[in-house]
Amino acid sequence: MNYLKRIFSLFVATSMLFTFSMQSAQAALISSHQVAQQTLQQSSGPDRARIMVALSRADVRAELVRLGVAPAQVEERVAALTDEEASIMADKLDSAPAGGDGIIGAIVFVFLVLLVTDILGLTKIFPFTRSVR
Amino acid sequence: MCLRRLILAASLLLAACAAPGVREVRNDPHLPRQQELAATPFFSQERYQCGPAALATALTAIGIDTRPEQLTPEIFIPGRQGSLQLEMLAAARRHGALAIRIPPRLDALLQEVAAGNNVVVLQNLGLSWIPAWHYAVVVGYDLDAGLIWLRSGTTRRQEMTLNTFQHTWSRAGHWGFVTVKPGDLPASAGMDAVTKALLTYEKSAPAARAKEAYAAAVHRWNDNLVLLMGLGNTAYLSGDMGTASNAFRRAIAVQPESAAAYNNLASTLLAQGSVDEAQDMADRALALAEKEPRLRPQIQETLNEIQRYRSTRTR
Repeated sequence: MNYLKRIFSLFVATSMLFTFSMQSAQAALISSHQVAQQTLQQSSGPDRARIMVALSRADVRAELVRLGVAPAQVEERVAALTDEEASIMADKLDSAPAGGDGIIGAIVFVFLVLLVTDILGLTKIFPFTRSVR
Repeated sequence: MCLRRLILAASLLLAACAAPGVREVRNDPHLPRQQELAATPFFSQERYQCGPAALATALTAIGIDTRPEQLTPEIFIPGRQGSLQLEMLAAARRHGALAIRIPPRLDALLQEVAAGNNVVVLQNLGLSWIPAWHYAVVVGYDLDAGLIWLRSGTTRRQEMTLNTFQHTWSRAGHWGFVTVKPGDLPASAGMDAVTKALLTYEKSAPAARAKEAYAAAVHRWNDNLVLLMGLGNTAYLSGDMGTASNAFRRAIAVQPESAAAYNNLASTLLAQGSVDEAQDMADRALALAEKEPRLRPQIQETLNEIQRYRSTRTR
């Protein structure tokens, strides 16, 4: 029993040592992101930036759920964004263009305007129009 | 009199229709007169699903098999009845492609098509005050006829005049991107756009794939510090120490003041077992870090590692 315990603790100790050395090997490498940040923007403090990013990720998460994205998907989608993208998204989720062919309010005036602009070749709303030029 | 005025008004209107940039592009001697990527697949879109359809088209065209239904949960936002540009780029990366924004110019767009790359574009098919946002994929053009062809919506080969296309595209800020496999590069995108795309790609991709992508970029721009560091780091992480040390040495040659390049070269040399040279490089890194104090803890860590390595050897 005691013997087994000793073997087990030895195993745990070596594996911890191993993971530690793995981690430190990566920690000592200065990432290309750090280099890019240093060459691009030297002003903003890293801690503040990190907090802002964490906040904006939480914002994006909440907004996506509010806009009907399945919660199971939200986590992966937010994780796929870079820090910069996450903070842009947090600011503009409601206003940024969402490509989706949205059907426009079918007011007669709007219909006529778009019909004319379609024919002039300025827009392309109706499949049946052919522009004059 | 009245008729004359009407004709004048009509001709003024038509003159206003010639979209800026189209005439220049049609006379551009560097572009092939026509090109069509006929093999590009087509996925007819469901309602509001032009984003997933366009992205599946572009990804499948470079050999990454995807279907719109599969992409919908990754990029569609029900509350907005559409997909956002940033998520289009992120989803392309999730599927292993490099998504690179092209310069916002018609000639750059056509240059990509001429080079065989499909371009995903955002269009505003309506007007600025009645927007109808739409994603489509440009697959061909004909400069003599002034036409452009797209995989768009439910139309396999939508034909549009270059003028109309330019109007709809400029209303969406001339936004477009190409997807390429790691190791390939777009024809038109500049160094900054490629570097930015690679930095984001590196975060989610396996190191060996990212290394390939960086190597292609370094081949084109061999004196960019960030690209060289990216190549070195991804080579290091995928165990290719020879490539890593070459990249870091090149980085030092390009930027002799870079503490980061010296530090990472030290780590690489240590991994190769050249302790003395590693020590030398790490010392130089620490000296250079006078100007970059943020890097000091990591350089100190490298020095500690070298110390540890020595002590395990002597023991």
